[in-house]
Amino acid sequence: MVGELEFERPIVQLRNKIAELKEFTKTADVDLSSEIEKLELRLEKLEKDIYNNIKPWDRVQIARHPNRPTTLDYISNLFDGFFECHGDRAFGDDEAIVGGIAKFRGLPVTVIGHQRGKDTKENIRRNFGMPHPEGYRKALRLMKQADKFQRPIICFIDTKGAYPGKAAEERGQSEAIARNLFEMAGLKVPVICIVIGEGGSGGALALGVGNRMYMLENSTYSVISPEGAAAILWKDSALAKKAAESMKITAPDLKELGIIDDIIPEIKGGAHKDVKGQSEAIDNFLKKSLKELLELSEDELVADRYNRFRTIGEYSFLKDYISI
Amino acid sequence: MLKELFTKNTNKKKKYATIPTEAAKSDVPEGIMTKCPSCKTIMYTKELNKNLKVCVHCGYHFSMNAKERIVSFLDEDSFNEIDENMVSENPLNFPDYLEKVEKDRQKTKINEAVVTGSGTVNGNKIVLAIMDSTFRMGSMGSVVGEKITRAIEKADEMSVPFIIFTASGGARMQEGVLSLMQMAKTSVALKRFSDNGGLILSIMTHPTTGGVSASFASLGDYNFAEPGALIGFAGRRVIEQSIREELPEDFQTAEFLLKHGQLDAIISRPELIDKITNLLEIHQPGGELEW
Repeated sequence: MVGELEFERPIVQLRNKIAELKEFTKTADVDLSSEIEKLELRLEKLEKDIYNNIKPWDRVQIARHPNRPTTLDYISNLFDGFFECHGDRAFGDDEAIVGGIAKFRGLPVTVIGHQRGKDTKENIRRNFGMPHPEGYRKALRLMKQADKFQRPIICFIDTKGAYPGKAAEERGQSEAIARNLFEMAGLKVPVICIVIGEGGSGGALALGVGNRMYMLENSTYSVISPEGAAAILWKDSALAKKAAESMKITAPDLKELGIIDDIIPEIKGGAHKDVKGQSEAIDNFLKKSLKELLELSEDELVADRYNRFRTIGEYSFLKDYISI
Repeated sequence: MLKELFTKNTNKKKKYATIPTEAAKSDVPEGIMTKCPSCKTIMYTKELNKNLKVCVHCGYHFSMNAKERIVSFLDEDSFNEIDENMVSENPLNFPDYLEKVEKDRQKTKINEAVVTGSGTVNGNKIVLAIMDSTFRMGSMGSVVGEKITRAIEKADEMSVPFIIFTASGGARMQEGVLSLMQMAKTSVALKRFSDNGGLILSIMTHPTTGGVSASFASLGDYNFAEPGALIGFAGRRVIEQSIREELPEDFQTAEFLLKHGQLDAIISRPELIDKITNLLEIHQPGGELEW
C-alpha cells in the first residue's frame, strides 16, 4: 500500500495476509473461512488498538502525510463557487496561501488557507506551504474585504511555518505576521480557524486569531517543529520524537490546555484515506459554529475573540519576591 | 596505592607551554575595565556606564538590563512597578524548567524576563515594559505575555502611552504552544488599546527575534531600534540552511531593517530621551494652531 505509515504496518500486514488467504481459497480446494473469520476479528481488534492509541509522533507523521488533504481539497468539497483572489497589491502573489470568496451552504464566506503542493513541481510553486510576507498581506487584504462585506471568514491552517528566507526578512516577515494578529483581533465578522495539518508556530498563528479554533484529530499545533525543539533543547534534532511528546502539540493536548474548542474526528488512519468523509466531518463543525457566531453582534464577536486569547497562560504570584 | 597516584601527579611536569585562548586574551580585569567588542578599545567601566553603556569611541551599544534601562530612561524615582511578583508555572511539566527559571531569578534579581510599570519621561506619564535578555534570553512564556498584556491594559486605563523595550530570543520553548499564544494575547490587547486611541512605541534592542519580533515589537505606531541591534523573524543559521546562499553582513541588523523600510528610525541611547519626549509631546491632546 502506498503511503502507509510505520505505526500502521501491522494492520497492513494482517490485511494483506487476509487478502492472500481469500485469494487462495478461490483457487485451492480448501475451506479456510473459519481461519479468515478469526483473522478478521483479530484485524478489527488490532485496528482498534492501534488507531485508538496513536502516539504524538505518529500523529506528526499523519499530519505530514504527502497525500493529506490540503486547503484546496476541503474548499472544493465544502464550498460552492469558490473564486480565488490573488495578490497583496504591494509586492506579489504568494501561492503558499490561497484565498477567495465562496458559498458555504448558501452563505457567502471568505476562505483562506495555507496551501502545500501535492507533488514536487507544485510544492516548488507553493514553496511547500511556507508563506512569505506577501502571503500574509494577501490574507489580511481578503479578511478586510470580508469585514467590509460582512462575510464570515474561515481559515485553514496547514504550514510548517513562515518561510525563513532572506527575501522574507527584507520584506518584513515579522511585521506581516504581527499585523495579522493585530488586525484579526478587530474583525467584526465571525472567524473560524481549523488546523488541518501542521500548525507551525507564528506562520500558522498569523491565520489563527479566531472566534473558534478546531483541530483535526491528527493535526499538530506548536511553537516550533519537533525537530527544531530537539535541536534547541537537546542539541540533537534526532530527538524529535521525544520533543513531539514533551512539547504537547497534538489536538488532544491542545484541547486539554484549553486552547482549542474541539477536536474534529478523523477518518480511521488519517484524513487522507477519505477526503469526502473528512470534509463531511468538518462541515458539521462549520455549520454548528457559524450558526452560533452569527447570533453575535459585531462588538460581541470582537470581545469574544479578545477574551479567548486574553485568558491563555499559566502563572502564579510569589509572596516573597525580589523587587527591582 | 592512593599515595602513589598522588605523588605521581604532583611530580608531573607540564610538557607543553600554555597558549592563552582567544577568550583569555580578550579578558580584561573584570569590573574596572571593559573592552568594546566592536572597536576593541579598553575603557573604564565607570566611564562606560556614565555614557549609558555606549562605547565612547565607536558608539557600540552594550546591552542594558531592565534595571539599568529604568534608571537611564525614566525620571528619577518615577517608576512604579506592577505585577513584580508574577512567576512562571510549568504547564507542560517540562523537565528542569522551573529550576532554570529559579536560577535566572537568583542571577538577575528579577522575577521574569520583563519588568513592567508606570513612570514619567521628562514629566510625561507613560506605562513601560522592559524586556531583559539576561533572564532566559528574554524569552516569552505565559508570564511575559501576561505582564505585557496587563501593562497595555494599564496604559489603556490610565490613558497614557505604552512604551516597550524589546529584547528577546522569541517564544519560550518550555511552555510550548502557550508561549505561541502569548503573541496573539499581546496583539489583541494592543489592538484594543490602539482602537481606544492609545499611543504605542516600540523600541527594539539587541536581540529582538522570533515570536517577539512577530508580535508586539513590530506593532508600534512608531517602531524604533537601537544601533546595531539584531532584529528578525528566523535565525540566521536557519535561513542560511534553507536558502544556501551567503547573507549580507548587516543582515537583520537595525540598519538593514531601516534600509528595507521596516523601521521609523534608529535612535542611539544618548538621544533617546529627547526624541521620545518630543514624540510624547506631539501626541499630547489639544495642540492648537497659533494665530
